[in-house]
Amino acid sequence: MTEIVASQMPPILHGPSEKERKYDRQLRLWAASGQAALESANILLVNSGAGTVGVETLKNLVLPGIGRFAIYDDRVVDEADLGVNFFLDEDSLGKPRSQCVTELLLELNPEVQGDWYPKEDDATLESLLAASPMFTVIMYTNPVRAEYIHLFESYSRQHKTPLVAIHSAGFYSSFQLHLPGAFPIVDTHPDETATTDLRVLSPWSELGEFARNMAIDIDKLDDHEHGHLPYVVLLIHFIDQWKRSHRNEYPSTYKDKLEFRRLVQTAARTGNPEGGEENFDEAAAAVLKALVPPSLPSGLKEIFDYQPKDPDEESSGFWIIASAVKDFYTENGCLPLPGNLPDMKAKSYVYIQLQNIYKRKAREDVAQVLGRVRAIPAGEHIDPAEVELFCKNAAHVKLINATGGKAEVDTSLAGRLKKVVDQELANDEFAKEAMMPLSLVPIYLALQATAHVASASAQEIIAEVAKVVPDAAQNESIASAAQEVARAEGGELHNVAALTGGMVAQEMIKIITKQYIPIDNTCIFDGINSRCQVLRL
Amino acid sequence: MASAQVYPASEPARWKYLDRIRTRRGPYTTEAYDPSMVAEAMENMMILVIGAGGLGCEILKNLALSGFKNIHVIDMDTIDISNLNRQFLFRQADVGSFKAEVAAKFVEKRVKGVKITPHNCKIQDKDEDFYMKFQLVVCGLDSIEARRWINATLVNMVDEEVEDSYKPLIDGGTEGFKGQARVIFPTITSCIECQLDMHAPRPAVPLCTLASIPRQPEHCIEWAHVIAWDKEKPFPKLDKDDSEHITWLYQKALIRAREFNIPGVTYSLTQGVVKNIIPAIAATNSVIAAACCNEALKIASSCAPSLGYPDNNYMMYSGNDSIYTYTFKHEKKDDCPVCGNLARELVVDPEWTLCELVESFAARPEAQLKKPSIRAESKTLYMQSPASLEEQTRPNLKKTLRELGLAEGEEIGVTDPAFATVSFKFKLKFKQ
Repeated sequence: MTEIVASQMPPILHGPSEKERKYDRQLRLWAASGQAALESANILLVNSGAGTVGVETLKNLVLPGIGRFAIYDDRVVDEADLGVNFFLDEDSLGKPRSQCVTELLLELNPEVQGDWYPKEDDATLESLLAASPMFTVIMYTNPVRAEYIHLFESYSRQHKTPLVAIHSAGFYSSFQLHLPGAFPIVDTHPDETATTDLRVLSPWSELGEFARNMAIDIDKLDDHEHGHLPYVVLLIHFIDQWKRSHRNEYPSTYKDKLEFRRLVQTAARTGNPEGGEENFDEAAAAVLKALVPPSLPSGLKEIFDYQPKDPDEESSGFWIIASAVKDFYTENGCLPLPGNLPDMKAKSYVYIQLQNIYKRKAREDVAQVLGRVRAIPAGEHIDPAEVELFCKNAAHVKLINATGGKAEVDTSLAGRLKKVVDQELANDEFAKEAMMPLSLVPIYLALQATAHVASASAQEIIAEVAKVVPDAAQNESIASAAQEVARAEGGELHNVAALTGGMVAQEMIKIITKQYIPIDNTCIFDGINSRCQVLRL
Repeated sequence: MASAQVYPASEPARWKYLDRIRTRRGPYTTEAYDPSMVAEAMENMMILVIGAGGLGCEILKNLALSGFKNIHVIDMDTIDISNLNRQFLFRQADVGSFKAEVAAKFVEKRVKGVKITPHNCKIQDKDEDFYMKFQLVVCGLDSIEARRWINATLVNMVDEEVEDSYKPLIDGGTEGFKGQARVIFPTITSCIECQLDMHAPRPAVPLCTLASIPRQPEHCIEWAHVIAWDKEKPFPKLDKDDSEHITWLYQKALIRAREFNIPGVTYSLTQGVVKNIIPAIAATNSVIAAACCNEALKIASSCAPSLGYPDNNYMMYSGNDSIYTYTFKHEKKDDCPVCGNLARELVVDPEWTLCELVESFAARPEAQLKKPSIRAESKTLYMQSPASLEEQTRPNLKKTLRELGLAEGEEIGVTDPAFATVSFKFKLKFKQ
């Protein structure tokens, strides 16, 4: 026996490469495509102040193998740096902070390149931006010189470079993504259970035939066959049965579905040794989720309704495929089938047959969408794999920063901030009574008040916040946040910087790999209560 | 506020930023807080870090930069190449060395004045006298079993008369872009055992699926792992870190998959299933370890309220879809087998054999016991060891609970070698 099996052994296979082994735990999250994107990324950190949060972020990007980074930081290492920044040591004292940090970060991963600035006294940020290869993302930490912001913004406009502003002080931190226009993500990695789309209410002909053939003499099947009918087959069969006694309508209300579930449950055989049937249990458990007519998820509707804002967008693969999928949806009344089939009790060959029916249909849908893509000008060069990925994820495709941001002038940004702040503070009145957690917007405001200065007193912070919230001094949360920020005097706590650096690195990875869903657009962290809030500001 | 006095540590210039926070009153510090004592108290405190892996490396760095001076770290593992994408205290040349030792040395060298003592062993190798020396324990583990062990140990060490016997436990865990940080004050707050059902094990694939009706690539891999390996024993003992062994399983799984036309068996999936690999990245470790150490600093200094008591004790973090945290209070359970004193209700079918009951403990989210021994009020039902007792009690496995004379409402005690100190008390409730 062993000999026969041994002779059937496939040829000796090459195990994973050294690099695949090193990156194994992350390749399981973002695959080779995500890794390739990381490895071709070039990140700039413009560092300032206590200087730790940006370095901790870089650590979390150097380890997974970002292509290259540059640090611009004009500070010289002093004693206080050594108490908060892990990527400095005794030898660093008196040297440029950007240099020392770069050298110690590069030790973490020999595959990463890094450089530091300014090397001479006269090297400016402006000349660095002009002379360097294009940056994929620019991060800067507060306090930041106000004139730098204009540099970043014009660079971002010109090269469509995302910006990340980071601020960490004492127990508090916040960071904000500025994406240069609408940012669509196809590979959002939804939970596996959310991607199941079985179409049992309106099976296409091949699926319907398959199911009806299997269940045609369901009562005559022996216990083994009966107990191995896949639950998809059972659902289609019992929906048919239901429709016959309900004017050809499927169970649609919650009450109907409960009744339908009972119908399925009572059809299970209980006289067998197991006293029940697993496949019927699975069918009953799937009723509420599987008996849902096709609908357009709100995220996708937003994409269908979106008008590309410039020629670049119009000719991008994403928007061309989106418009082809929209046509598909309009014509078919449903999205392309994702094509995956969850595991279910069934005989092996039956399950595989069923799996192939779903896969075939998914491929047909992809082909239909691809045909439409090809008919669109600039659609002829689009990679079919991109179309396939879109179709597979269609229900979960997401658009971040849909309104673009860049088109808005400062006054409207300030207007939006005021609106959100007012709303948050008004909500707090109810939250207090309901013992719910309060908004973290006061923390954001207090941090913002010191965005361009090394430190400020609580009174100064409140005076600054009062420009957005006129009665800031009377608001208890704002007053406390201002005191807490003042307490730090612009200093960082290593833990809060490390925690924030972890969150920012996650966001960077999401933006660079275009996988998972980034924040839209501001995250505030409260290290006293250990929680975050994301707001669109 | 900003002019309040700073009480410096031994190197005031170095700890300037930290001292502003830990030695000055803020709007949320409690009345009892004494800023003049903090720096010195923290320098004299002994803190134990369990695990020197992804979280552990971060935790050691964070504690060293939070003003702790006397840190111990315990980990039995050696460094593997797949650690290097996040365990930033290790380099290629360290592969094969003990994690605790390399990590301790690195942080000691980088952060002047901190003393880190490594222990290259299992947590179970240390006794209560060892754990009693510490004022605070921070865990960065990847195994639920080890967490439960240290949790039970710390709960059992509590002596109401002795204030020093209460050791706060801070625990972190991650998976991909998600994680959690929690604070436990043994016997006072909800403990890890109380929270066990928040981390339910993945349901095992039934053996009959593996043996006769595989449908998924995972079924083929598990078949190779559980059935083919035992039958053919290609190597004396399965070493999940040996690529030759994994390759053998992979090839076996591949043949099985071809036989049933099942797509999707790869080397990487084989390794993932066999080793139960959880994806891990530096960024998430950074978030969770820092959340834990932030609590350690607050507990050690009282410079701000910490998680734990009386309110929230658990922070859940998710970064897959935007960023979401949920910080809440997990309630202590009176019927917790470790920190409660009531027996927990256990719904059973009186027609089950004892064997079925024994096997059911592994899958129950609130029990998760792989090798349970069971005693009833008046007699021993089944003992896994020693061998003589096992043999004596083995015939009971075939009897139904009713035949064994067990009655509704009866209490049984369950022990498991993984948690030697704990007896799980259950009260039987018969299924209708």
